[in-house]
Amino acid sequence: MALLQTKRLTRNFGGLAAVSDVNLTLEDNELVGLIGPNGAGKTTLFNLLTGVYEPSKGTIELRVGKEMQSIGGMKAHKVSQLGLARTFQNIRLFKNMKVYENVTLAMHKDCKYGLLSAFLRLPSFYKEEQRMYDKAMELLKLVGLDSKKDELAKNLPYGEQRRLEIARAMATNPTILFLDEPAAGMNPQETHDLTELIRKIKEEYNMTILLIEHDMSLVMNVCERIYVLDYGRMIANGTPEEIKHNPRVIEAYLGEEV
Amino acid sequence: MNKGVINKLNACWLLLIIVIYALIQGLIGVGILNYYYQITLITICLNIILAISLNLVIGVCGQFSLGHAGFMCVGAYVGALIVQSNPTIVGLIIGLVVGMIFSGLVSLIVAIPVLRLRGDYLAIATLGFAEIIRIIVQNMEITKGASGLTNIPKMTSFTIVYIALVLALIVIVNFGRSSHGRACIAIREDEIAAEAMGINLTRYKCTAFVIGAMIAAVAGTLYATYFRVIKPDIFSFNKSIDILVIVVFGGMGSMTGSIIAGIVLGLINMFLQPYAELRMIFYAISIVLIMIFRPQGLLGTKEFTFSGLRKKGGK
Repeated sequence: MALLQTKRLTRNFGGLAAVSDVNLTLEDNELVGLIGPNGAGKTTLFNLLTGVYEPSKGTIELRVGKEMQSIGGMKAHKVSQLGLARTFQNIRLFKNMKVYENVTLAMHKDCKYGLLSAFLRLPSFYKEEQRMYDKAMELLKLVGLDSKKDELAKNLPYGEQRRLEIARAMATNPTILFLDEPAAGMNPQETHDLTELIRKIKEEYNMTILLIEHDMSLVMNVCERIYVLDYGRMIANGTPEEIKHNPRVIEAYLGEEV
Repeated sequence: MNKGVINKLNACWLLLIIVIYALIQGLIGVGILNYYYQITLITICLNIILAISLNLVIGVCGQFSLGHAGFMCVGAYVGALIVQSNPTIVGLIIGLVVGMIFSGLVSLIVAIPVLRLRGDYLAIATLGFAEIIRIIVQNMEITKGASGLTNIPKMTSFTIVYIALVLALIVIVNFGRSSHGRACIAIREDEIAAEAMGINLTRYKCTAFVIGAMIAAVAGTLYATYFRVIKPDIFSFNKSIDILVIVVFGGMGSMTGSIIAGIVLGLINMFLQPYAELRMIFYAISIVLIMIFRPQGLLGTKEFTFSGLRKKGGK
């Protein structure tokens, strides 16, 4: 049984079909790429999957336990609680919070103390805060930001902000991780480090990852399977080798032969 | 990281709280703080309670509310009516608790529809609801309409107001530094990201709003049982603005700022009393100047802490 499956997923904005009739399947522990020219509808598809937008038509189903559950149109926080986590193309960190607080915040849904315990600082407050802090530090170590835990998120350089977003998404304890252009604006060295990081997350945490990216070296390098979107439609699906030689993909990126 | 409630830093806080209390109580005892100064003192303390509770909504959670006087009004009337029928210290405590519960319920009814709005729309909607509360109170039999309640037994002293202030501050600061408080701060910083991280926006906006309203109700009850007269006019739009000014003046998100601003503005107000008409002009000018030279407020989002003090001392 697939982990995540969409059937004929469509989203219209007025007369524009930003995403139309998309069928997408993610299996366990897969690293899948989603590529396409600018404006192809990749981020809209992400927003549909993570509950930011409601689908106009079609279904999204996620495997929860042993059953497929429909999550189309569900609110974003519920989707997140079911195990879908994401990063954002235009970084959306909590800028005036400390680095480690950005990460502990994402664990809030599992927070085990109530309001009374927070007001009165009962022992459960200290125990739980310590647990969250330790887990946050573990994730920060994974992305190499543990030495900057007390900085404000807005003071981090660009590449580190991107990595902090990944750590924050990981903190929600997801089953599927959606990464929206994680390498945007990075130099080749940073992109290389990021590639390693994505591989490591997939292997160590047994994660399914869907990755939007424009950097073809990264996509071809790490992805096992690639979906290609163009004008909201899924035009190809296959291994990196297949995609490289697919005439429709080449046409979408480079235009028709004259 | 501290492992429990009992540690050096909290001992420092306790000492500070006791020293300030002893100092003021001493000044009252010696007679330096006469009845007139005491009124200013109580007003300042109540304004601080109102300001920190509004700061929780505006500064911590980022929801711009202009209706705080409405919740103070609920607390004042409910508390006053209960204390009138039971003029003992037990009556006062029941009045405080029931006032908080009432105000909490009213704020929840207001919050659920209103907190869907953002920014200026939210401000206008909360303002509208506060006016509705005031007008209902003005037209009810039990609240004696526009003439208001008089002869409320005087149950409140500086000690009680001070205890309430300290408790309110502890609750708000502890909330702000808990996981629940972080959820509210995240909503202020970026709603979309907060929601994507599993934060239920409606729930945490309502939580901050209701806690703020309940603490404002405490200030209302204490006001009624100290000044002994309340009428709907006191809780008009102007009162909400007064509280908002303290919050903005001190820095949105900084509880220390609200306390300092509450004291400074209270003192400015008092010293300018003899100049009647000029008073409001000076008051307004001082606010304009602060906004020009420190638009983030006196303290921005900084807080006074003993651990911060130690770090500075160590450098």
